[in-house]
Amino acid sequence: MNNFRIIFLGFILTFASAWVGLAVLPSRHFATLQTVQDPASGAELPPPLDPLAQRGAQVYLANGCVYCHSQQVRPADAGSDIARGWGQRRTVSRDYLRDQVAVMGTMRTGPDLSNIGVRNPSDSWHLLHLYNPRLTSPGSTMAPFPFLFEKVKVGPQPRADALSLPAEERIPGYEVIPTDDALALVAYLKSLRRSAYSLPEAPLPKD
Amino acid sequence: MKTASLPYVEHHRESLEKGVHLRIEVDRAARAPITAFFVTAVFWLLFGSLLALVASIKLHTPGFLADAAWLTFGRVRPAHLDSVIYGWCSAAGIGVGLWMTSRLCRAPIRHRRLLLGSAVLWNIGNAMGLVGVLGGWSTSVEWLEYPPLAALVLTAAFVPVMIEAVSMVRRRQPGHVYVSQWYILAAFFWFPWLYATAQVLLFWQPAPGPAQPAVNWWYAHNTLGLWFTPIGLASAYYFIPKVIGKPIHSYYLSMVGFWSLAFFYAWNGMHHLIGGPFPAWLISVSVVASLMMFVPVITVAVNHHLTMRGNFDALRWSPTLRFVVFAAMSYTVVSLQGSLTAIRSLNRLTHFTHYTVAHAHLGMYAFFTMMMFGAIYYIVPRLTGREWPSATAIKAHFWLCGLGVILYWVGLSIGGFKQGLALLDSDLPFMETVKLTLPYLELRSWAGTMMTLGHIVFAWSLWRVLAGRTPATGKATLLASQSAA
Repeated sequence: MNNFRIIFLGFILTFASAWVGLAVLPSRHFATLQTVQDPASGAELPPPLDPLAQRGAQVYLANGCVYCHSQQVRPADAGSDIARGWGQRRTVSRDYLRDQVAVMGTMRTGPDLSNIGVRNPSDSWHLLHLYNPRLTSPGSTMAPFPFLFEKVKVGPQPRADALSLPAEERIPGYEVIPTDDALALVAYLKSLRRSAYSLPEAPLPKD
Repeated sequence: MKTASLPYVEHHRESLEKGVHLRIEVDRAARAPITAFFVTAVFWLLFGSLLALVASIKLHTPGFLADAAWLTFGRVRPAHLDSVIYGWCSAAGIGVGLWMTSRLCRAPIRHRRLLLGSAVLWNIGNAMGLVGVLGGWSTSVEWLEYPPLAALVLTAAFVPVMIEAVSMVRRRQPGHVYVSQWYILAAFFWFPWLYATAQVLLFWQPAPGPAQPAVNWWYAHNTLGLWFTPIGLASAYYFIPKVIGKPIHSYYLSMVGFWSLAFFYAWNGMHHLIGGPFPAWLISVSVVASLMMFVPVITVAVNHHLTMRGNFDALRWSPTLRFVVFAAMSYTVVSLQGSLTAIRSLNRLTHFTHYTVAHAHLGMYAFFTMMMFGAIYYIVPRLTGREWPSATAIKAHFWLCGLGVILYWVGLSIGGFKQGLALLDSDLPFMETVKLTLPYLELRSWAGTMMTLGHIVFAWSLWRVLAGRTPATGKATLLASQSAA
């Protein structure tokens, strides 16, 4: 085989076939997918994100949460996701329709977050956990995010939005206040309820 | 020998001398651009190793360097990956690939300034990308974290590489086309095609959310399969016969190996999404293609082994061969492991665990990086006219990196496997799956430290050569005496 033209044609054909099959076709395949209306409430599913949560999604991307947390619930026969309580049903394609960047993830150094907004809807828990994960979850190896908080001198009145830290974590004369990024991130996490509603192709299990 | 005066011997000597002159000319033309790619590649290797250590330590000691945003785990980890993938592996691959093509086509590099510009631009792209990732503008799409603007610079930097490769092929001297040439030329076209597709479908004209992971993993797996693997295999095909002075065992096996790789590898990638929200056909295609990879992998392994047979003694003295053979053997292991991991029942266990991370390092490090080390040990004395400073340094480099990556792979594979078992057991609290990995993650930090030390030794050797502090070529720096065999 000494004819480079034929060899080159081979490079193109082998590659182009897979390029069509695995890059172009999937993109086309999902292009027809639409949101649906919830027959009971008339709400659009999956629900849109509010602006604060949208900003939180950017914070999620900027700080690489995806490297430890997945956002997908596998069917019961493909893993323990449902048994662990990470979602009532498997997640389906439509659940990601609103995502600018679909962070389904490939790693579970930390737990799956598809439905963290269902599992834990508490603002104060999330803020404390982001500030120092060991405060809420002993044994956790999650990165702390002190840079999403500000240390502010205590004024005449303690601020309502200050973190309520345990005694040994407090800094005398200072309060720890979440930044806008921290609040946005928490709003995003609380918005994650990917399998909390029924879709025609993925109904919630009936109790 | 008394035959010295026979005409065919005279003819042979003439063509040999012509060959030597041509090789000297080829290496002289390659000197500036290829050295530029190598030196900057080693810089990003060191930088990427440092990021790797920081990220590794953070996984078992989360309070380590936790105050600054740019040093948080979720930024340092992708910065490590991009630094070594684009800064080190790709730049080293471009250098090694261009040099081999030039030698094999017997065509000196012509667009030297253009290629120097390409090297500069490639580094600007990487610097922009890494500032972006560490600064908080990461796309958070695995293997494609660089902000799209930096990716555009990388794409532009690649154009001269393609131009030069085509130019060399067009100017090639008549004769046989060697298998390494196919691999390299294919890789030089496949990579930009892959990269541009991923950029367009993920960032410029984004595909709908649910389609993005498919494009993402098609790209990420095929960068491995159709960019790094061909360059790595081309190197094995080139350097093994070169060092032992014996042709490759079978031309036909090398053809089968190449075309089966081209045909099957491109369909890999979707097995990273097993269990995810995708049509079954999409994932099944990749599982099947993954298993079909047994064909090229075994073909290549048999071909290389039969070439090496009877010459394993050369591993004692040849620095290049030692690295290259280690890499080629790792290629066989990592590929077979990869095919098996694509099987659904095993994937159920290993998906989402450190097992995958260990596997990735067996591929990108034990195979590709070690291959590039071997190639650079061969090429640099020919480019610079200077020998390596110390056989001890080369040995230290080999053992630190070789043992380091074995320790890394074995330790983290066991840790990941146990993590996978624990994750499947829904009665076990999640925190237990975190705790049981800690000893293996600490072991990984030690293994990474060994590898980093190896890189520092390597960088020191390269620095000595380039600073002109080592003897001129003539007596090669070998690891043991060749005559003792």
